[in-house]
Amino acid sequence: MDADSLLLSLELASGSGQGLSPDRRASLLTSLMLVKRDYRYDRVLFWGRILGLVADYYIAQGLSEDQLAPRKTLYRGAPLLSPQVQIKEETRLVSVIDQIDKAVAIIPRGALFKTPFGPTHVNRTFEGLSLSEAKKLSSYFHFREPVELKNKTLLEKADLDPSLDFMDSLEHDIPKGSWSIQMERGNALVVLRSLLWPGLTFYHAPHTKNYGYIYVGTGEKNMDLPFML
Amino acid sequence: MEDSTSPKQEKENQEELGETRRPWEGKTAASPQYSEPESSEPLEAKQGPETGRQSRSSRPWSPQSRAKTPLGGPAGPETSSPAPVSPREPSSSPSPLAPARQDLAAPPQSDRTTSVIPEAGTPYPDPLKQSSDKRESTPHHTSQSEGNTFQQSQQPKPHLCGRRDVSYNNAKQKELRFDVFQEEDSNSDYDLQQPAPGGSEVAPSMLEITIQNAKAYLLKTSSNSGFNLYDHLSNMLTKILNERPENAVDIFENISQDVKMAHFSKKFDALQNENELLPTYEIAEKQKALFLQGHLEGVDQELEDEIAENALPNVMESAFYFEQAGVGLGTDETYRIFLALKQLTDTHPIQRCRFWGKILGLEMNYIVAEVEFREGEDEEEVEEEDVAEERDNGESEAHEDEEDELPKSFYKAPQAIPKEESRTGANKYVYFVCNEPGRPWVKLPPVIPAQIVIARKIKKFFTGRLDAPIISYPPFPGNESNYLRAQIARISAGTHVSPLGFYQFGEEEGEEEEEAEGGRNSFEENPDFEGIQVIDLVESLSNWVHHVQHILSQGRCNWFNSIQKNEEEEEEDEEKDDSDYIEQEVGPPLLTPISEDLEIQNIPPWTTRLSSNLIPQYAIAVLQSNLWPGAYAFSNGKKFENFYIGWGHKYSPDNYTPPVPPPVYQEYPSGPEITEMDDPSVEEEQAFRAAQEAVLLAAENEESEEDEDEEDDYD
Repeated sequence: MDADSLLLSLELASGSGQGLSPDRRASLLTSLMLVKRDYRYDRVLFWGRILGLVADYYIAQGLSEDQLAPRKTLYRGAPLLSPQVQIKEETRLVSVIDQIDKAVAIIPRGALFKTPFGPTHVNRTFEGLSLSEAKKLSSYFHFREPVELKNKTLLEKADLDPSLDFMDSLEHDIPKGSWSIQMERGNALVVLRSLLWPGLTFYHAPHTKNYGYIYVGTGEKNMDLPFML
Repeated sequence: MEDSTSPKQEKENQEELGETRRPWEGKTAASPQYSEPESSEPLEAKQGPETGRQSRSSRPWSPQSRAKTPLGGPAGPETSSPAPVSPREPSSSPSPLAPARQDLAAPPQSDRTTSVIPEAGTPYPDPLKQSSDKRESTPHHTSQSEGNTFQQSQQPKPHLCGRRDVSYNNAKQKELRFDVFQEEDSNSDYDLQQPAPGGSEVAPSMLEITIQNAKAYLLKTSSNSGFNLYDHLSNMLTKILNERPENAVDIFENISQDVKMAHFSKKFDALQNENELLPTYEIAEKQKALFLQGHLEGVDQELEDEIAENALPNVMESAFYFEQAGVGLGTDETYRIFLALKQLTDTHPIQRCRFWGKILGLEMNYIVAEVEFREGEDEEEVEEEDVAEERDNGESEAHEDEEDELPKSFYKAPQAIPKEESRTGANKYVYFVCNEPGRPWVKLPPVIPAQIVIARKIKKFFTGRLDAPIISYPPFPGNESNYLRAQIARISAGTHVSPLGFYQFGEEEGEEEEEAEGGRNSFEENPDFEGIQVIDLVESLSNWVHHVQHILSQGRCNWFNSIQKNEEEEEEDEEKDDSDYIEQEVGPPLLTPISEDLEIQNIPPWTTRLSSNLIPQYAIAVLQSNLWPGAYAFSNGKKFENFYIGWGHKYSPDNYTPPVPPPVYQEYPSGPEITEMDDPSVEEEQAFRAAQEAVLLAAENEESEEDEDEEDDYD
């Protein structure tokens, strides 16, 4: 979620139960501002919180102008010395974040558009999804380089708008049903929760520009998903 | 003839006057420029072919105007305004009209002329450009002067045709509207001043025609969409100028799309939005009812009663503390849940009520309330049928006829363990759930041990519908409401903790008896509880105790010995093995500290932390369960509370493997009577026959021998 709208976003994502305590919130706001200034990012996202055994990691990501470029990830927390495992905790953390991002970071259709020159930009005329669109999985895209687009048939490709539909949609995610899509507050908020990576919550208020996602969890994939559906 | 000529003369006079004003104005306009006196003359010369009278009439004015120019020039716009007025006074009636007209026409014209300014070239060589220069310089002067020059420019139209076309093309994109406005205005202006079209009208029509052609093209309706470019562009420009987005040129295409879409969507507004927004309104209505319920029973006495016997917990206070720990549902949502709980306590006879937590589901979520009914008030449900049926089946099998040669089945359905009574063990509390605050509360059925046993073996997501079937292996006896109840029971048993000393056991009578039955069941609040330091609560897990009974693997909290009941049946089957003897299961007794909890593969079962490291003196202790992710407990030393928010599953480091089906039961023991044997082969048969014959022969020989013996004996 954007650092600029952190408070509102946290309120909207609170349906999953995990949020931030007031002191954490306050310290995050200031530190995210500082990060944005020091690293000169275009946008700073608060990615989420990875719960550890002893302490938690708070993760932020910085985006440059091109939204799909690789992001810089910053973390704050106490690295735990794990005596058993040889891998450094930091490496493991980064790989987990990367996995989660590749798998379940999502964005509504129309929020980004691709210019003919290549880089993607935030769409300033994005007014939010309509209610009927918001309930469909096909209106949400993975926030990463497309993997499956080329495999689509020509017929399907003809319907796509190349400036908007340049990422994979959630419709064809495997296993089917790995997303839980719910309307909260009677149609005023749509919340998507990933079942593959429990703890990832995406929220969007239809007809507004508010959207974002946050991960709060232990950083473990739910391998039992096929049994649980 | 004379009559005809006189109006003509009048017109001519008018024309003269109108025109004479122009060259005079032209001079004042040109005054700031150094080359002015030169430029005015070529202008007059140019206008000569059109109106010879103009040059003639200009002469009597010219010395005056020239005298005036030094005044007009250095003084700038202000002085030129009285200057044009004075020579106009002697002019006839059209003059007062003219300034008024010019005022009207002036503001847009100023825009237009400003747009033309950038296109101006060097003034001297080209008479065209000189006149345009004059037009340029008009903004320096009053609006009135601009109006005049505009009229002036209308006159030499054919000369300026090319210029204006260029200017039009450039200005079209930006100020089409204004151009049109000006054109119309100036056209009317023109007409008013010179009602009878003279020779000068033939010339401007070329430019006019071009403009009208361009406009007609823009107004042409598209065959596809019914739009026309003219309207679309004007809508877009209006939108841009109203909203003033930054870098509008970058998002120009998007704006164009939006304007087009907006044109369509209006038609369907009434239908679509209603359908979509209906659920929003519905839930808002329901929640409004929540807020209003307090007012419906507005009697003072009731208010006192409420305050006296308040079964409602202070949900907001607990929510505040949990927020310090970073756990919670957001203030608004919590408040609505608070109101929903109040509604629950009002409609049911409840002794105590607690907000247990929230369980997430695929389609909808569950908000769970833990409730204790008042004494004698809870409704007993008759759900003993399942248990009775199974017992009947067992007995009937035992009574099978012994005459049957069919092998008897030794299979005995394991005795169904009866559920615990209400208010004891796993059924100590009754749970109510609802999908969203405002929706009606539904009571969950009491839990049966079999359900707990199987719930431990499966792992399924909740859908959010209480009547959804649970399709699993081993098959779950019940639907989602039972599964939900079973998970709630497990979570409560595993994660409800309180600070040491908060609860104590009741007065102990017959201690030994109670222990034999599996530990003490009852506890009560300790009135002398003095609180524990928050630091202590964080540092040592032994300061926390479970206050909910552990569920045995049997599925109950209190051990049920199923063998006792089997004694009747056992009399019949004496072959029953002694291996059916089941050892009594013992679980950790109530109020054991959580430091005794088992680890899961080297992960501690609980994580403790302070809510804030920055201000430790007011921090609270927060416990987080690693075994049931989503279970939290907090305490500030005196108060404590438990909460759950999550998917409702236990954590397991290993991946879930569904249990294997049991081996196929042996229906009957194998023995020689029923084992199939191969048919004998030919050799075997012959050998057999030979053996038989030998036997027969031997028997005959024996008989004959015996006969002989017998005969001998008789002799």
